[in-house]
Amino acid sequence: MTTVEPRRPVRRGSTAARDESSASTAPSRRRAISPSWGVAPFALYVALFLALPTAIALGTGFVDGEGAFTFDNIAALGDPFVINGFTTSIVLSAVTALIGAVLGALVCYALIGTRPDGPLRSMIDAASGVLAQFGGVMLAFAFVATIGIQGLITVQLRDVFGIDIFADGVWLYEAPGLVLPYIYFQVPLMVIIFLPALEALKPQWAEAAATLGGTTATYWRRIALPVLAPSFLGSLLLLFANAFSSYATAAALTSQGQSIVPLQIRAALTSETLLGRENLAGALALGMIIVMAIAMSLYALLQRRAARWQR
Amino acid sequence: MSVVTRGPGPVSGAPAPSRWLRWSILCIIGTLFAVPIIAMVEFTLRRGLEGGYDFSRWMLVLTGSLGPEYRVLGQAIGNSLVLAAATVALMIVLLVPTMILVHLKLPRWRRVLEFVCLLPISIPAIVLVVGLAPVYGVIARAAGSGVWSLAFAYSVLVLPFAYRAVQSNLDAIDAQTLTEAARSLGASWPVVIARVLLPNLRTGLLAGAFISVAVVLGEFTIASLLNRQNLQTALVIVQKDDPFIAVIVALLSLLFAFLLLLVIGFIGRAGANRPRRTS
Repeated sequence: MTTVEPRRPVRRGSTAARDESSASTAPSRRRAISPSWGVAPFALYVALFLALPTAIALGTGFVDGEGAFTFDNIAALGDPFVINGFTTSIVLSAVTALIGAVLGALVCYALIGTRPDGPLRSMIDAASGVLAQFGGVMLAFAFVATIGIQGLITVQLRDVFGIDIFADGVWLYEAPGLVLPYIYFQVPLMVIIFLPALEALKPQWAEAAATLGGTTATYWRRIALPVLAPSFLGSLLLLFANAFSSYATAAALTSQGQSIVPLQIRAALTSETLLGRENLAGALALGMIIVMAIAMSLYALLQRRAARWQR
Repeated sequence: MSVVTRGPGPVSGAPAPSRWLRWSILCIIGTLFAVPIIAMVEFTLRRGLEGGYDFSRWMLVLTGSLGPEYRVLGQAIGNSLVLAAATVALMIVLLVPTMILVHLKLPRWRRVLEFVCLLPISIPAIVLVVGLAPVYGVIARAAGSGVWSLAFAYSVLVLPFAYRAVQSNLDAIDAQTLTEAARSLGASWPVVIARVLLPNLRTGLLAGAFISVAVVLGEFTIASLLNRQNLQTALVIVQKDDPFIAVIVALLSLLFAFLLLLVIGFIGRAGANRPRRTS
């Protein structure tokens, strides 16, 4: 495990600035093992299972079947098939993020004034956690049972209202079919990440607005919405990133589809050659990382701005 | 407004919606979210071509009298539980001591550690799997392709969740004073960690462990593309033969995860309400 230090509180070699005052009381002739070594096991683990795989994923895009350097795979990112995949992925993520963010924010608004430790909040917290994290395969089952060809809603609409939702062909297993399942995990995620921002609104602001004669509408328009805007946009980006990187639901819905980038990566990984190129998965992974990096950098910027009001 | 009657914990300072508006929003969205779950339950109760409903499939699953063709499911649940335990163990052995060390001794590295631990949020599992495939190729040659080795990859996935849970606990206790008190009374570092810090961190550790279990039980991407069998990949396989049984098991695992997170919530609140003592 971690490197255990000598028994006496020897901290000469310590890089910890905060400790210096207390450490100086115990001078020692023995030189301590630097505590920096204690992080070595974790650093090694992260290097092997986070840094190395990421580097391989990004690096293989630049290597051809024989291991020689090539831009051929990266050039494939300009192929209409791949561009189509990225466009579909980005539009799908953006649309579901927007709908999810609005619906999720509505739920957060409805929860204002409820006790954080009450049964209602406990249930909603747990349900949001499950649906946001656990979804995946289960969501594919749920929506096949709901709007599949023999699904509950499909059959009801057809038999009772005479509406055939699949009149123009079955869209559940294509990209449009992913919209509803994705919204199903975006709304709970929004509740989880946006509620803390709403809770950080200070009662004094509402009181000040009321004392100065402002109505509730004024309070929302002039105080709460401007303060919440960075948090809302940040949450929107997080939801986008969440949908963009999601794989399980789509994979469980279609075993062959290649409509979105994660499914194209699956095809590239399992069929060895896609578009006649080896290592295309690496190039696609690189493209995904670039989109994610842009989204997460913007998120970090907005988060810094949002933090101003949350002290 | 609820300024006077507020309970423990933060209540938003914004004016609350009217009772009528609150319940309309919650009921409409709640109903929409209930539809797919109800559809799944309805689906599992269908009696085949002649129509009507019965509980025969639920009885089959709940009494454990499924045929041998479903043995893959039991095995996969076993695999997932082993992975969950191994992932939590890795978290406690690798992450927690590092966090304590950085918190107490290397405060300058806190930002680095936080960045590394939150990084997996930005790296989609499907991207990670592209790079993990060769890494696991090496592992399989060296140590066999046992399912347990997936725990190394899963610990990366749960890093952000585990880090947040433990760090908020670490910030809430005065670890510096606790450690110095124990050290001045002659405790060795292993004793300080095992008997002073870990007991004080139990709230964060439990929350981190439970969320890790939920994430591992729900994981599909990595297991599926590295050809390992876990609960989720088995569900997809079973679903092709008998969608009814797959949906029942999915509903049960959903319920299990829900209860797990409900418990996390209670632990979190119990921790927050406990008066902060540094004993």
